[in-house]
Amino acid sequence: MEMPEPSPRVLDQKTALVAALQAVLPAESVIADESETRAYECDALTAYKCPPLVVVLPASTQEVAAALKVCHRMGVPVVPRGSGTSLAGGALPTADCVILGTARLNNVLETDYDNRVIRVQSGRTNLSVTGAVEEEDFFYAPDPSSQLACAIAGNIAMNSGGAHCLKYGVTTNNLLGVRMVTIEGEVLDIGGAHLDAGGLDLLGLICGSEGQLGVVTEATLRILRKPEGARPVLMGFDSSEVAGACVSDIIKAGVLPVAIEFMDSLCIRVTDQFSGAGYPDCEALLIVEVEGSDIEIEEQLALILDIARKHNPVELREAKTGDEAARIWLGRKSAFGAMGRINDYMCLDGTIPVSELPRVLRRIGEMSQEFGLEVGNVFHAGDGNMHPLILFDANKPGDLETCEAFGAEILKLCVEVGGCLTGEHGVGIEKRDLMTYQYAPADLEAQMAVKDVFDPGWLLNPAKVFPLQTSQTRRLAAQ
Amino acid sequence: MRPETEAELADIILNADDPLRIHGGGTRSDQTMTGTALDTRALSGITLYEPGALTLVAKAGTPLTEINATLAEQGQRLAFEPMDHRVVLGTQGEPTIGGVAAANVSGPRRIQVGACRDFMIGVQYVDGSGQLVKNGGRVMKNVTGYDLVKLMAGSWGTLGVMTEVSMKVLAIPQAEATLVRHGHTPQDAVQSMTAALGSPYDVSGAAHFNGRTQIRIEGLAGSVEYRAGQLQASELAGFERVDGEVSAMLWTEVRDVTPFAQTTGALWRVSVKPSDGVGITAALQRAEVAHDVIYDWGGGLLWVLVHAKSEVRSDGAAQVLRNAVNAVGGHATLVRRGTGMSQDVPVFHPEAPGVAALGTALRARHDPRGILNPGLMG
Repeated sequence: MEMPEPSPRVLDQKTALVAALQAVLPAESVIADESETRAYECDALTAYKCPPLVVVLPASTQEVAAALKVCHRMGVPVVPRGSGTSLAGGALPTADCVILGTARLNNVLETDYDNRVIRVQSGRTNLSVTGAVEEEDFFYAPDPSSQLACAIAGNIAMNSGGAHCLKYGVTTNNLLGVRMVTIEGEVLDIGGAHLDAGGLDLLGLICGSEGQLGVVTEATLRILRKPEGARPVLMGFDSSEVAGACVSDIIKAGVLPVAIEFMDSLCIRVTDQFSGAGYPDCEALLIVEVEGSDIEIEEQLALILDIARKHNPVELREAKTGDEAARIWLGRKSAFGAMGRINDYMCLDGTIPVSELPRVLRRIGEMSQEFGLEVGNVFHAGDGNMHPLILFDANKPGDLETCEAFGAEILKLCVEVGGCLTGEHGVGIEKRDLMTYQYAPADLEAQMAVKDVFDPGWLLNPAKVFPLQTSQTRRLAAQ
Repeated sequence: MRPETEAELADIILNADDPLRIHGGGTRSDQTMTGTALDTRALSGITLYEPGALTLVAKAGTPLTEINATLAEQGQRLAFEPMDHRVVLGTQGEPTIGGVAAANVSGPRRIQVGACRDFMIGVQYVDGSGQLVKNGGRVMKNVTGYDLVKLMAGSWGTLGVMTEVSMKVLAIPQAEATLVRHGHTPQDAVQSMTAALGSPYDVSGAAHFNGRTQIRIEGLAGSVEYRAGQLQASELAGFERVDGEVSAMLWTEVRDVTPFAQTTGALWRVSVKPSDGVGITAALQRAEVAHDVIYDWGGGLLWVLVHAKSEVRSDGAAQVLRNAVNAVGGHATLVRRGTGMSQDVPVFHPEAPGVAALGTALRARHDPRGILNPGLMG
């Protein structure tokens, strides 16, 4: 993956930059020592690493504004970073950048149960938002699988999803307001505890803009009362086509499960060996979860099981107890870890129309043969958000490149059938150069024009989202 | 002008010398706007509908009635419950899906399932330079690049003329019920609505007007039965229950602001956080602005009708209302200008300078010549 050459002008002024940052931030908030900046050299896309020039860890909106003013004045690129769990390289530094980390912005500012909102600093982790309100039986709905570690700032940057978004939506549907600092250091409040924008929906634009429009320091989030209970059911099928048809029928029937998860035979085998979940040996497996009181759960499951039976499942397993429910989820939740034990893997994130599921799975199987690399499929089937895991050996020369080429072909296939490159992970650097497959030059121009408005100098996370060649003129003009 | 293809539309915009006044069915248009009328209704038709994927794609000029009928055949609907503005604006014509999207029109169910913008998953539009742009697509999880779909939702044609929108749709639930109570003060109502919305019973509507408080539950028949019972036993003790079509009618009334049909005063749509709603009304009372209010969204959406005969002139009332909103956070949109009301009162709530500057700059980038509904949003 190509990254732009660092600007010699910026590298040369490191000493002055550090001094300027130290003048406006507490000493411990500015990290310039190479042995310490190395901790920030990558995010969860670990194949790519580059230590930043400087790291700043501001503890307030004012400090963020002060740091950005310095970077803006000196023309230094800024890469915002939440917890660094991006799978797309969204927080990958360049050698000439300042990493602006939100780790010290982790307070809850306000919980308001009457209005069902919480206001937090953006560095707070996803799970600890729920943690702050679960005493009152409330929760924050988006639940990316990294939720223990990932920060709300990163969730907003990538518009993160999770397993339960079929019912509850993704970050953008649960975000009501932000306090954001522009690259010039101006503090803006956009949205609030009320619903909807009074003018243009800038909040909707900022969510998912991968840290390229501003640095979010506070967020107002919608919290929901917890359902009375939840219960999964497991279904095994002898082909992916049948499982796909079953998903479609469930959705059409008007039951809206909170989650419909899919695993293929490779994932079933590997995760079962790893976790001992006791999954059936079959071609495709669905986990469908519904919520509500016992009576409501029974009613929904009866409907869902009826539909499933029409598709001749090889296994239908209901969870009678909490322990049985946990065992159904056990394999799915350990899927990534289990796959990681047998090999290195690359996790893709394309979305496809649910109706294309069988065709896409078949084609991925064929491509797996062509590229000589195994693929496991585990994903959120209800909304067509696939997560093919391509297995490769990082120590084997050329394997990573083959894997990346294979991954690119899968993502192109997703676009070809009417889907998109990324459903919840974001573009980052990983899918940057594939953007031209999904978008025509005019479509990308319209998006870059938005960045021009917010960040005319292209200093915020400049080498992400857009193909380097497409953004080159703008980035060079900034230097 | 009435383009039939995207290319024709692009040509019209590219060659336009004067401002264009964009409209679909014209049911929500500001009739006082000047400019050459640009009619989107010939860009019409459902281009894709996959009930099993909960997605529908339609040309912008497609009548809403056509979309609703097509969805209903498969037992589905637009869950965000778009309002029919004809009732309070007295306009004619057939609403289009493009108009709904451009105005981000959502109804009472917004508190549970989201607004129109939350159901929009893709958009195609021609910007002010005559360039066709697409963003998003037809899948419901998509974070590929910037979300211009949200930006277009509620942009009232000022950034581009939409030619096609993709929507997420949902199934029509098996059953619905509404729990109703009469003789409530707004304070009592907000208390009940807050309790219901804070319960685990998935309330999909909470409104109050004229002493009547109403709370909606939808879903499978057994589930509705259970939740209605639970609510009546605790949070909503003393509420009566109505079902099916009777329940549905109560919500059409709230959705379309029917109680304020045939009136002539200024009509405002105010969004604040639910606990601030009653305070806004109190501020109007203190300033002796004669008015009526419909509370929706658990108290967070206020439809304020300033009486035509209010002692405080409607311009003054606008200031009182917007000051009250500014004090707590939110916005007040002028949906219908009162008789004799000055054109100086802007339709959209004035934004803080930094935010307003971004909006102005975005409009300038999308429409450099300033020909798309100029002045409508500022």
